[in-house]
Amino acid sequence: MLKRNIFYFILFSFLFSRKALSSEEGMPQLNPEFWASQIFWLILIFGSLYIMLSKLILPKISNNLEARKSQIAENIEVAEKQRNESDQKLKDYEKIINEAKIEAKNLFNQARQKILSDINNKKENLEKEIDQEIKKAEKEILDLNKKSPEKINKIAIETSADLIKQIIGADVNNSNISAIVEDISKRKREKRYGN
Amino acid sequence: MATNPMHQFNVYRIGPEIKISNIDISFTNASLFMAISSLAILILLNLGTKKNSLIPNKIQLIAELSYGFVSKMISDTAGSKAKPYFSFIFSLFMFVLFCNMFGMIPYAFTVTSHIIVTFVLAAFIFIAVTIIGFIKHGFGYLKLFVPSGVPIILLPLIVIIEIISYLSRPISLSVRLFANMMAGHTMMKVFGGFVISLGIVGGWLPLSFSVALTGLEILVAFLQAYVFAILTCIYLNDALNLHH
Repeated sequence: MLKRNIFYFILFSFLFSRKALSSEEGMPQLNPEFWASQIFWLILIFGSLYIMLSKLILPKISNNLEARKSQIAENIEVAEKQRNESDQKLKDYEKIINEAKIEAKNLFNQARQKILSDINNKKENLEKEIDQEIKKAEKEILDLNKKSPEKINKIAIETSADLIKQIIGADVNNSNISAIVEDISKRKREKRYGN
Repeated sequence: MATNPMHQFNVYRIGPEIKISNIDISFTNASLFMAISSLAILILLNLGTKKNSLIPNKIQLIAELSYGFVSKMISDTAGSKAKPYFSFIFSLFMFVLFCNMFGMIPYAFTVTSHIIVTFVLAAFIFIAVTIIGFIKHGFGYLKLFVPSGVPIILLPLIVIIEIISYLSRPISLSVRLFANMMAGHTMMKVFGGFVISLGIVGGWLPLSFSVALTGLEILVAFLQAYVFAILTCIYLNDALNLHH
């Protein structure tokens, strides 16, 4: 930097002492021969450059940039909108899934209850039927139990009468036999059931 | 004369001599390079705006980046009020940048290495800024020379200093650009001359220096264009938003 400054200093001393060195080897910058020409062409060229840029090119660039900006903003907006929509759809989907799950659970519970009640009903019916059958059977058994002694007595009387007839060859009075049979069966029954 | 480092700044006539009432306005090599720079800017930016694609291609990107660069520079230094002056500052920046850059091509002429060119630009900026300031603020613009919070005893001195610094703006602005360009190009020429005079034995050192200087000069070419534009923005900021 220092070197540069020294160099400038030398150049400026050149610049201001130009009159002394006004030979051909001085600074061409300080030769006013072409100053007017340079000013004229500078104004002309820079002026036309400025007009061309400001009227033709810069509006185009700024339009391009604006268009890009707005396009990007638009795209971002659309993307945001679509994201929101997809979020909403996802929520809806989850809601539907949850509802379906609850419904399925309900259906399952209902079905289970129905089946259970059916099973219970059938069980009860079956049990009732079984009870009835048992009662019926018991009743029959009881009847049989009640009737059997009389039948046995009857058979015993008949067989004993037959036996006596064959052995002795004579009719014996039935009433006598029955009295004896009843007496025996009474004694047997007392023996079997005790008192 | 070719070894004279100042020879490269010579202006000479191209084509016929044109005179309007005794004033010589002939087309010169300076005018030629001004025209080349302007045409290059126009062609580049025109190519950059030909296709308006959403994803820019390389040339379009250059146009848009330079637009964004200048636009950001203006809004950072002069605020939103400076928007109407955008196209002027953009043209100024591009013109100075391209003139500087074209000057880096060997045997090319550097338009901005001539004090008259930079001074005309700077004087135009100075006058325009002063007019804008007076239009926007009337005589209140003179408050620019009276900074607030200065002791009354010091005030006359400060006002004088402020006025001098304000009036020296076009000179500092133009001399900064002109001196940088001239010094750089002269230095490159001097080192180039050393390469020749030291020959194949000792010429390598100044040659490597010359290479380094070329890089530096390209940087300076950009930097000076940037400084020129940003100082214009700062002056414009003074005129638009009176701070003092």
